[in-house]
Amino acid sequence: MDREETSARIAALIEPFNKKGVAVTDATRFTDDLEFDSLTVMDFVAAIEDEFDIIISMNQQAEIENYGQLVDAVVKLTN
Amino acid sequence: MTDMLSHAEDRLSPPSDLFSKFDALIEMRRELLSTGVTDPFSLVMERVLSPTVALCNGRETILLGTYNYMGMTFDPDVIAAGKQALDDFGSGTTGSRVLNGTYAGHRAVEQALCDFYDMDHAMVFSTGYQANLGIISTIAGKGDYIVLDIDSHASIWDGCKMGDAEVVPFKHNDIEAMEKRLRRIPAGAGKLVVLEGVYSMLGDIAPLKEMIAVAKKYGAMVLVDEAHSMGFIGPNGRGVAEDQGCLDDVDFVIGTFSKSVGTVGGFCVSNHPKFEIMRLVCRPYVFTASLPPSVVATAATSIRKLMHGEAKRAHLWENSRVLHKGLRDAGFQLGTETPQSAIIAVIMPDLERGAAMWEALLHEGLYVNLARPPATPANMTLLRCSLCAVHSAAQVQQIIGMFTRAGKTVGII
Repeated sequence: MDREETSARIAALIEPFNKKGVAVTDATRFTDDLEFDSLTVMDFVAAIEDEFDIIISMNQQAEIENYGQLVDAVVKLTN
Repeated sequence: MTDMLSHAEDRLSPPSDLFSKFDALIEMRRELLSTGVTDPFSLVMERVLSPTVALCNGRETILLGTYNYMGMTFDPDVIAAGKQALDDFGSGTTGSRVLNGTYAGHRAVEQALCDFYDMDHAMVFSTGYQANLGIISTIAGKGDYIVLDIDSHASIWDGCKMGDAEVVPFKHNDIEAMEKRLRRIPAGAGKLVVLEGVYSMLGDIAPLKEMIAVAKKYGAMVLVDEAHSMGFIGPNGRGVAEDQGCLDDVDFVIGTFSKSVGTVGGFCVSNHPKFEIMRLVCRPYVFTASLPPSVVATAATSIRKLMHGEAKRAHLWENSRVLHKGLRDAGFQLGTETPQSAIIAVIMPDLERGAAMWEALLHEGLYVNLARPPATPANMTLLRCSLCAVHSAAQVQQIIGMFTRAGKTVGII
């Protein structure tokens, strides 16, 4: 799966969690820009894990601060 | 002095204050206390009269937030054992368990645990926190996977972090979410599933039988923290796993002396044939001083008495049912639909009213725990009640009356 397709699928998943309708780019940060708290992070990560049938451990999550990094991580985990 | 001055002049950047990360919390506390409410996190008990009554601010106060489930803290046999050990062995061991810190009493309390749980091995730590920290971090290391409930206790999370394993949480008590994560773990990786019998914030129990069956299907080892169930859940007080008939499938039970046992300390019991090696490789066990002789003596005596605690267990369950129903009928929102343990969590609308309610109860002469985020699930503010087997039926009725009056004063019901 290429990066563009992965990004499109993640963009669809992020929508219900993007309460303020922030315009999401690769530089959008989950905590600072989207204001995700720990519960939102858990639900959002679970949605991505289920969509792509992968595990994103908390150790990996700690390295992911923005949307672009998340897409890159998912691309890596699915290839 | 001149040295210090010249160093200051040599500075390359302005001084950084490592405490600035706490500013938000400091501000939140300042705001809360500026309303005039008593600080819920600095209560002093001037005297403790019994397992259920203490003097706070000069007032006799019913204790309903101590985890002293079986009321063993003033048991005459327990006290006598502690005094005898002070006389015979002194006030402390001043040493690690693996060096000069293992006395006869430490061996005796480990034997009491083996007998209580009917298991082969028991290892005693200086606190319950260290038991989780030590066991989890030592058995699950780099490359292994820990699958755990998102509402796990801080000591479990810290153990995960310290061991450097891949940490994979799942939604609270969600069997399907747990299974999905186990299924996705790469073949060949070591797997540890960490669960709790009773979750202490809401007082709800885990569906251990189903969860452990799933964990075993995927070849995972299972650790269950039974801190809040020891002594009164299960036919022999061994906890939720015993109650649900799946204790034989639990690889490691973690527990504490600081709740039903009535002193301080933590432990792990296990039937793993290689378990004893943990005494040499588990750093939170090795690099700390062992429990004082009086503590292990009181713990051993208390554990052996808990083996015959059927009548107390029955009374504690009765207390839990009566309080749950009483608070519900009074109009409070509770953490569980039915009483599942000796913890009953009363859900507050927000921190401000939670703190006001906590203070109103204290003025009534009742102590409960105020629990707030981030310790609580779903950012809830809770007044957490933990019942004791020696709360009398009259005290429980008194407690319901106090809650009702305070709830009306604060405007929650």
